[in-house]
This record gives sequence, structure tokens and C-alpha cells, in this order.
Amino acid sequence: MNQKLTRRRFIKGVIASGAAATSTAAWYSATGQERPSGFVERLVRINVNGQVRSVDVEPQETLASTLRYKLGLTGTKLGCNRGECGACTVLVDDVTTYACSVLTHSMKNGRIETVEGLESANGDLHPVQQAFVEELSPQCGYCTPGQVMSAVGLLRANPNPSREEARHAMSGNICRCGSYDSYLDGVMRATELIG
Amino acid sequence: MAYMHIGKDFTPPDVPGKVTGRIKYAEDYTREGMVYARLLTSPIPHARVLDIDASAALAMDGVIGILTADDVYPDGEPQSTGLKILTNEPTLVGEPILALAAVDEKTAESAIAQISVTFERLPFVLDPLDSLQPGGADAYNGGNTFVFRQGFAEEKWTADQVASFRAGNEPTAEPQQTVEYGDLDAAFGESSYVYEGTFTNAGYPHHSMEPRSALAYWEDGKLYLHGGSQSLTAFADGIAGIIGVPKEDLVFVNAATGGGFGQRARAGSVPVYAVPAKLSQKINRPVMMRATREEEFTLGGARQGLTGWIKVGFKPDGVMAACDLWIVSDNGGKGGGADAYSAADCISVLYQADAVRFRGTAIGTNTAHRGAQRGPGQNQIAPIISPILDVAADELGVSRLDIRKINAAMTGDVGGPQRTPFTSAYMPEALEQAATEFDWEGRQSRRRQTNGSKVIGLGIGQGYHNAGRSGMDGIVMMGADGRLKIHNGVGNLGTYSYASTSRAAAEVLQMPWESCDIITGRTDLHLPITSPQDGSNSIFTNTRTCYGAAQDMLTKMKEIAATDLGGDPADYDISNERVHQIADESVGYSYAQVAQRAIELGGKYTGSAELPEELAEWTQIAVSRLEGTGFMGIFHDPRHEGNPPGFTVTACEIELDKETGKIDILEMISIGEAGTIMHPKGMDNQLVGGAVWGIGLSVYERHLYDPQNGLPASTGYWQSKVPTYLDTPLKIETGWVDLPDPENPVGARGIGEPSMGSVSAALTAAITDALDGHIFGASPITADMIINHVAGTSEEAVPLAQNNFRG
Ligand code: FES
Ligand code: FES
Repeated sequence: MNQKLTRRRFIKGVIASGAAATSTAAWYSATGQERPSGFVERLVRINVNGQVRSVDVEPQETLASTLRYKLGLTGTKLGCNRGECGACTVLVDDVTTYACSVLTHSMKNGRIETVEGLESANGDLHPVQQAFVEELSPQCGYCTPGQVMSAVGLLRANPNPSREEARHAMSGNICRCGSYDSYLDGVMRATELIG
Repeated sequence: MAYMHIGKDFTPPDVPGKVTGRIKYAEDYTREGMVYARLLTSPIPHARVLDIDASAALAMDGVIGILTADDVYPDGEPQSTGLKILTNEPTLVGEPILALAAVDEKTAESAIAQISVTFERLPFVLDPLDSLQPGGADAYNGGNTFVFRQGFAEEKWTADQVASFRAGNEPTAEPQQTVEYGDLDAAFGESSYVYEGTFTNAGYPHHSMEPRSALAYWEDGKLYLHGGSQSLTAFADGIAGIIGVPKEDLVFVNAATGGGFGQRARAGSVPVYAVPAKLSQKINRPVMMRATREEEFTLGGARQGLTGWIKVGFKPDGVMAACDLWIVSDNGGKGGGADAYSAADCISVLYQADAVRFRGTAIGTNTAHRGAQRGPGQNQIAPIISPILDVAADELGVSRLDIRKINAAMTGDVGGPQRTPFTSAYMPEALEQAATEFDWEGRQSRRRQTNGSKVIGLGIGQGYHNAGRSGMDGIVMMGADGRLKIHNGVGNLGTYSYASTSRAAAEVLQMPWESCDIITGRTDLHLPITSPQDGSNSIFTNTRTCYGAAQDMLTKMKEIAATDLGGDPADYDISNERVHQIADESVGYSYAQVAQRAIELGGKYTGSAELPEELAEWTQIAVSRLEGTGFMGIFHDPRHEGNPPGFTVTACEIELDKETGKIDILEMISIGEAGTIMHPKGMDNQLVGGAVWGIGLSVYERHLYDPQNGLPASTGYWQSKVPTYLDTPLKIETGWVDLPDPENPVGARGIGEPSMGSVSAALTAAITDALDGHIFGASPITADMIINHVAGTSEEAVPLAQNNFRG
């Protein structure tokens, strides 16, 4: 066996055999930091938290990248950038959506809400946020914005969910700290606050 | 005792920032002129880099520079594998070879694709027992094991020895480590039930939600490093050494950390933060290094896989007479931990066996970096030992609750091979509370009831971790505004112990919480050294330091008042933010006034004189910068005596489907025994969070490697399945014993790790119960293993395999 091989030769071999498919390429194409030649750059108008924002968006750019790196809305977190965890959950027309897994270009007609858009004009927390504070729902907090958005989406669709319904609605959001019980306590408390 | 703050709920100051998304994690920061680093990592599990040709990459537009192992280690790479930040001798897939900085990540990644690295491919190994075989591959260059202070060595068993162990027998090879107490032979001689068998615990990643991204830049000779860690000052202290920057020149910024679970407690487990720091130094630009989920797996760590043999003897009354434990630990590609020893220690503590022997050998594999993961060792042995206890109880005609009560640790007992006395221990109370609140006795009639293919199982289990250290420092400050500033270096990974330990200082000074500020989040706010936030120690360790610093301030307050206003310090007391004479409360100073006087007086009152002699270097730097700026209370904590234990008890009822192997946890309760409870909601979070981890350990989590190429096959959440909302009970009930520990000024001990162990112990006991006493001797017990057992087939391709399927 040839003990010497270059990294590129090895990678080619692995990819040809289908043994390894990394997400790295997806990450970099998704961040949209560079303008690939041949593409026409486009200014896209998207409605974020009630404001229409014009953003220079690459064709392959995900909503999460636009929010975080173009609009500075870093409340939306990236836990996996590949649709596994829910940390990036936002609402699009009231529907919970993984911002890492949709392209910003497809959002032109959508009403996007992120965690930054929930507080009232006078700074009051949204009832879900208030309930999560009261119940000490977050632990490390990294999944929290996604949990908040899933709970807001749930309560808009169903203001009076049972705990069982709530856990199904929230089940697209992983919490590695295991704070599920505390988040569900928070959702149930939020139903009371909303009245 | 009636406390003002201890045992009361409060909102830690970072919680609003978490629900609004305003709190910043490392990757949320930017810096003007920031460039982006990408890593070129090893695509093969064991290799030697023969040549790197980066000329094409460096010629690309937008590429700023690279950093290689030769830059970092001009005199050669360090001997041990663990702390290397870049290497020419990779020992696992994904180990960083070099880093490249460019104006954006895509350019960086494109440039990395242009770098040609020539590797010499070396034999690799994924299973410690394969490495122990004659002729088996060695994971490291120079051997398959690392001997402390001696370096790499090679260890081999005979083929018969390996085969015999795989066949289920006691290993006959010489162990690297032997620890024992008591007369093992005599204790087994007294036993009327003896269990003997092999077991495996799979390794699996921490998979913290926040990938280990970091930002570094240098300004005015100082390094600013943004990263996520469990510990603030202890981590900064360690990473300064890895980077090679003087402690006083490092500013570590870390307001929030997206999970740690042991992997970010110490700098040694996140050495990769040194990469942007070194790269930034070389190219003189701020460097952001974002990590992907996949990199979080390969740069991160994993629980040590344990391959073991256990023999346990019980006397006729159910007393555990003896435990003999032989464990081969998987040390992975970059070194490991001491999980195996801790497993033996845990059995000794929890079950108070008359005689215990531990024999262990640690062997490397070309798999993930192994390091501490929530209850390292204690929590692997929990799902192994608990079903054994139950089978013994059934054999001896003792109830499954009673066998735990008979063997329970209590105040006055000792535990572990060192026979260390407990500072206090209330395990009988915890067992009783769990049994009562769960109606354990009443539920026994449901045991093994069937409904079609489904069967009910009941389980009760215990968890333990040593939960407290000492010897750290505390600082509190007060300005002329009379507010109390508690300088806390604990770190913020979601336990809120940075806040709850601070409340010990507020308690001493009877300070309303609204008048307190916790100073934390970045080291240039001048924080004292703390112990790393691991080993469930923070509550015990840092209530001692916060309490001590506040006591020092209280003493000084009384001194100042007595000097100025007459009388003796003993004539003074405090209330309502005033220090005043006991006899005449009108004679005194408000806190604002006494702080003002302290500032005027200077000297020991402002940190300029009479400092405790033993302050750590890190604390000394903080004090030197705070000196003269306010009224200072300072404390160096002396060492305590004994082992402060953290205990938990969990009871659960499950429904196991014999057709699908699926387990539904119908009900679960976890009771904590952690001394005085500081923060009930925080305690609750640790109990439910630990429960989720215990469920993952017992039935879901394991990482796998492709045996042909050594590629990790479980770099995501779905491949090494993390429990979700739907895998955990709808409601996990919690409670606590709440009896004080005498070695802590407020009576508190920690809990974060045992909360996982007791759940795993209870859940595997319930599975054994549902399957009529079958012991799998494994974690996780996956659905396929259950189906195979029910079908009477054994699907173990390679018995006792690590990093591969078991059943
Ligand atoms: S970051 Fe979008 S699902 Fe994980
Ligand atoms: S709170 Fe840490 S991941 Fe959910």
C-alpha cells in the first residue's frame, strides 16, 4: 500500500467513495461573504421585525447569515447551521422556520420576526420572554432565542396548549443543557400571562 | 436558619439577556479590521505531515497569512498530545494542522483547498483492545499509552488475554494502576450472592450548543480573547500559559457560554482558542475563528469509553461486601481522563463496600479527545452497578429500596480508596424522600405488568460526585455609593452559580440584592482566581470565598465604626445597610459612609496593605489594579477537611415495548442531597438538566467511527442522538433534602453531576426490571439491543467494542 498520499488525493478518494460529506462547504457557501463570479449582486428588501430592510444578499445566502452578519441581529443563534438543532428558529409569517435552512432570497414576501423584535415599544418583555425569566427556563441560553420563537409561534397558533401539545410544538428545538422541563414550565406560564 | 437570600429564588442578571438575545457569546462580537481563520485539519486518523506547500494559497487575493505547527513550536512539538494547538503528527481525524486567515471565510476555505499537504499515513486503531493485541496499531507516535512524566509507552497483551477478556472473563494482564482497600478475598468469602460480568460504556461527544468559536486581537500589548468557557479566571489562567502570554497581559472576555459539560472547564480541553490568538499576533489583525458543528465534534471532546469487568459480592442481608473492578479506558487520540478510577471511587462512596479493588489501564485510540464529561466515571458506572444491585436484591429477598438503604452513606462514614470522611452525608434521607414522594412501595404492584407488547419497569438509582473544593480567593468592593460589588470569577455556563454564590456575600452584609452588582464576564474587571467550574464544586467552593470576602469587609466596617464612633468592634452590628452600635442603633455609619471612610483611610481597607499571604498570582494582579479604588474585602480560603459529597436519588417508572425496543418514561422524580439549597430554581434546573443527560447516557448517546477509514460518523446531533423534548418525560418532578453541610459557611454543596448519574442508574434498573432481571452491562442500551435480547439473538459483532456498534 502506498503510505504517502496528499491530503487532496485522499479527500478526492473519500468523496468519490461517498464515505465523507462534510458540512463545511455548506457553511461557507451559506455565509455569503464572497461574491462568486458570474452572479449578479442583488439588493433584496426583506421585512424584519416590522421594518423593511434592504440588504445585499448573495444567491446562496441563508436567512440566518443575513440576520446575523448583515443586519447585526445576533440573537438568532447558529448551533448547527444544518437544520438539526433549532437554535436559529425565527418566525416567517407566524410559522416557525429554521433560519439556517432557508435562503434569504425566498423571504422577499415574508414577514420575518426574530427574538429582537418581540419586546414592546416601551421595552416590556413579550409574555413568553417574561415567563421564561420567571421560570428560569434558560440554562446556558444558547438555545433560548430559538425556544422563545418556537413558543411564540405555538401560542399564536394555539393560545391554550396542553403541556403535551407544547412539547410536540417545541420538539424541533434541542436544548443540550436539558432544560426542556423548565421551558415547558415557561410556556405554560406564558399561557397564563397572555390570559 | 432564617436567611435573607440563601434558599430564595431570584433572577440572575444575565437571564433577561438570554431571552432577548442581547447577551453576547464569542461569535456575536466583531472587531474593526477583523479577518477570518479557517483550519486545515487532518483527513486521516493517524499520520505524519511530510510537507506543506501553501504557496498557491498565500498568493491568492484576500489571503493574509497562515500559522503552522512549526510557527507555534519552533523547538519541536510538545511530547504530550493534549495541549498541542496545531500539529504535524495528527492522531485523529479533524486535528488541526494549520490555520489560514483571509478577508472572509470563503476565501479562507478556498485558499485552504489550494494547500497541498503530503502525509505519511500511519496505522490507526479505534478500539483499545485492538491496540492491546500483539501487533495492534498504536494511536500515538511512540506508543499507545502515555505515562505521566515519562512520555509515551507501548503496552501489549497476549492474544489469549485479549480474547479471554472479550469472552467475558477477568483480565489477567498486569494493570497500569491498582488501588484497593479492605480484604477482598475475605469479603467475597462472606458473600452469598456474587455477580460477575463484563461491561462497556460508549464514548460520546459533549456537543455543547455553542460551537467553540473564538475572536482574538492584540491592542496596546494586551491580548483580548473572546471565547466560551465554564470557568472565567481559572480558564484564563490556563489559556495564558498555552498561548504564552503573561497573565497580566491577557483579557479574557466571556459573558456567556453556550454549554460546557466538562469540556470547557479548563483551558487544556479548548487549546484551539490559542489559534486565533497566535494568528492574530502573527498577522496583526483581529481574527475570528468560527467553528462549525462538525468541528465542534472533532475539536471538542468525548466521554471516555470504558471496557470493564466487574465482580460484586453481597452478604445475606444485602450489605455490599466487595467490589472488584478492572477497566480498560479509551484515552482517544489526544489523551484522556481518570474516569475509571472515579467509577471505583463512586461505588465505594455510594455503597460503602467493605473491600474494593480497582485495576485500570488506559489506552489511546485514534478517536476524539477524551476529557471530563459531566460526572466522568461516576456516571458511567451508575448504569452498570444499579441493575446489579437489583438482581442481588431479588436473589437475596431484600427489597430494591432496602438494599440501597442498607448500603447508604451517612454522616460519619468514609468513602473512596483513600477512606476520606464525608463533611456530611444524608443519603438515607434522600432515599426515603424519593421513595415517599414517588410512592415507591405503592407502585410495586405495577411492576412488570404487561399491556400487549409493553411492560412496566420500575427503577430507583443513586448518583454521586465529590462536590466541593477550597483554597481559592474572594474579593468584594464597595464604593462611596454604598453598593456592594461582588467580584466573581466563576464563569457563566448556565448553572447560575456565578450569581448564587455571590449571594453568600450579600447574605453576610445583609445587603438587599438590588444594592449588589456582580462583577464578572471579563477578566479586566479584576476578578479573583477560582477553581475551574467543574466537578460540581462551584457552589461549595465559591460560597466559601464570597462569604469570606464579605466577612472581611464586615470586620473592617466594624473596626472603622469603632475607631471613629467609639467603643469596640464587638459592640457593633449591621442592619438596613448600616453598621451601628448594638446598644444604640442611631450611632453608626451607613454603608456609603463607612465605604467613604475606608477609602479615606486606605491601607488594608483599600487593598494596599495586609493582604492575605497566600493569594494566587491571578488574584494579586486583580488586587493590584483595584488597590485604592474602593473599600475592599478580601479573603483567601484555607483548605477544608473531608469530602463534601453531592448526592441524588431518582425513581422512575417506564413502559418498555418489547416489539420496538422503545422506552417511554412515564414518571420520574429526582431528589437532590446537596446541603443547604442556595437557589431552588437553579437546583431544579440542574436536576432536570442532569436527568436529560442521564437519559442520553442510558439509552441514546454514543459516537461511532468508520472502521475502514477512521472517519467520525456521528459529528451531528442526530447521529449521536441528544435527547429531545419527546425523549424525556413530560414532567420531571424534583425535590431536595436541604440539610446543611458543616464545612460550608452557608451549608451548601454542589449537584450538577450526580443528577445525571442517579437518572441513569434508575433508568437502567427499570429496563432490567422490565426485562425480568436481564443485565445488559452497557451504556447506552439502545432499542436494537433490547430487540435482540427479546429475540434471543446476540448481535455483538465484536464483543466489548469501543467506538463501534455493540449490539
Ligand atoms: S442552526 Fe439552524 S437548525 Fe441548527
Ligand atoms: S439552555 Fe443550553 S442549550 Fe438550551
